[in-house]
Amino acid sequence: MTSSNDFQWRRDRDGLGVWEHRGKVAVAGYGHSPVDRRWDEKNLDTSLGAYTIMACEKAMEQAGVTIDQVDGIVCCDSHIAGASGGTASQWAPRPYFDPPYDSEYGLTLINAQWLIDTMGFKNVKFAPTGVPTIGEMVGMASQAVGDGVCSTCLVIYPTGNMEGRYRRGGENADDYARGARQWTVPWGNHGGNDFINIFPHRQYLTKYGGEHEDLVHFVRNQHKNGMLTPWGYNATHNVQPISVEDYIGSRPILNPLRIWDCDRPVNASAAYLFTTAERAQDMKSQPVYVLNHSQHNFRFRTTQPDLDEVEMWTDRQAARMYEGAGLGPADVDIFNPYDGYSIMTQFFLEGFQWHGVKRGEALSFYAGDISVKGPHPFSSSGGNLGNGRTRTAMYTDSIEQLRGTAGDRQVNVRAETALCAFTTPSSGGWLMLGKHPS
Amino acid sequence: MPKIIPVPDELSQPFWDAVNEQRLILQNCTACDKLQYPPQASCQACGSADGLEWTDVEGNGHIAAYIVIEDGRLNRRMLDQPYNLALVTLDQDPTVNFYSNLPGVPAYEVPVGAAVEVTFEEVAPGQLIHEWRVVE
Ligand SMILES: [Zn+2]
Repeated sequence: MTSSNDFQWRRDRDGLGVWEHRGKVAVAGYGHSPVDRRWDEKNLDTSLGAYTIMACEKAMEQAGVTIDQVDGIVCCDSHIAGASGGTASQWAPRPYFDPPYDSEYGLTLINAQWLIDTMGFKNVKFAPTGVPTIGEMVGMASQAVGDGVCSTCLVIYPTGNMEGRYRRGGENADDYARGARQWTVPWGNHGGNDFINIFPHRQYLTKYGGEHEDLVHFVRNQHKNGMLTPWGYNATHNVQPISVEDYIGSRPILNPLRIWDCDRPVNASAAYLFTTAERAQDMKSQPVYVLNHSQHNFRFRTTQPDLDEVEMWTDRQAARMYEGAGLGPADVDIFNPYDGYSIMTQFFLEGFQWHGVKRGEALSFYAGDISVKGPHPFSSSGGNLGNGRTRTAMYTDSIEQLRGTAGDRQVNVRAETALCAFTTPSSGGWLMLGKHPS
Repeated sequence: MPKIIPVPDELSQPFWDAVNEQRLILQNCTACDKLQYPPQASCQACGSADGLEWTDVEGNGHIAAYIVIEDGRLNRRMLDQPYNLALVTLDQDPTVNFYSNLPGVPAYEVPVGAAVEVTFEEVAPGQLIHEWRVVE
């Protein structure tokens, strides 16, 4: 199989100009599995494998594409639960099941080969290994379709987490700090985007004013939008939006970071069907067009990124994306940045200057009307705080808003362009979608 | 509870050897005159690999920000919770920063902006780590 390293697909430098395939690649379908808090470790119909197959079938069905038409599979083949996942990310040494569940594949991991074998794809010619996360996968697929490496490509993001938690056991149970951890773990930082962003967030509050608790307006709005997202965890489990009092009284994790600032780990899968704009015309559902994809992987200059560094990184992300899409902040109708921890989203909002929000203005923006029916429908997806940690709500909502199929979440403002991402301030990628190809 | 013990590797061995002698040394790039921490194989600023030399630095800094770890995931530190985790910038080059638990400062009572100086703390027999204490 082709390694992702064999194919030059990244747009991860400054000054690359307008994307050469702008408007010539489309998303023609998507599919979500149910979103469970954890796997019961018994029912193979709700395993990560079964849920991934379900997501693929839904995406193909929505596009009206048969299994034999699919010639590309971009599937994230690593554990979302991570290296510190311990028993959350590995079934062994427990005994496996009958095929296709006779290895970790289908239970804790999914890769393209397992899907090809299990679902019976016959014509796949692009199935890279070593595939990154959804934030970059959508760019990889867009470039592959644009370049003609494949023409009908499933992008699959399984978010397996059997135990529904992260970072328990594994290297976090070690008395020793090895490798890069020798610089962080002796003092208590075991790694993650919460640690990366909480210090810049603290500096942000000091520099611009405001209280951590001001984030409650954003968190509540994410919960409200989540309740309007039929497939998400919150809507399917009736998780009502928290009150201000609930938020302020909730358990601190990395004080001031609270439990409600963190997204909820889930066991779920999602799939998207990317194809050429030309082929999409003949498919079953209304296509949306890819106007640009971009990536970034900025190195930390020292132990801990600070506010200056995070603001510089997000400025550069915005410049790359806007340049490649040939658009500016005022052209973006739908804005779905990453919100896995509530404390990082303001950096993206201000870096991309959506609705004119400048550095230091996010908290007062959150305190205004950011509801989906109002004039500033920020993060209309509900993101991960509102739907569980699928990392895909941002993409699905963007597609639905452009199609006009977002139901109770459909915005009242214009919805012709959408910017969505799974990215941290330092690494990940952005995708710009359009209702029209130009 | 004891802190977690760093395991030196080829690149970091000189650093930890110095710490065990109660000295703070950092990489300095002679090509672009930039201090670097944590150590890397090449200079982050200019890319030079040959220009990196270990140099003693003055152990003076300031507290830039802090959090309190109340529900962390490190087994060995759980009984310490809640504890401070501060970000300390080096006075000699404030773009270089370090973590500190600020020994002697009660949780939540961190004087942000205060001056600190390096100190050394034993985490295992013969293994020190660099820590920072508030200058009175
Ligand atoms: Zn240099």
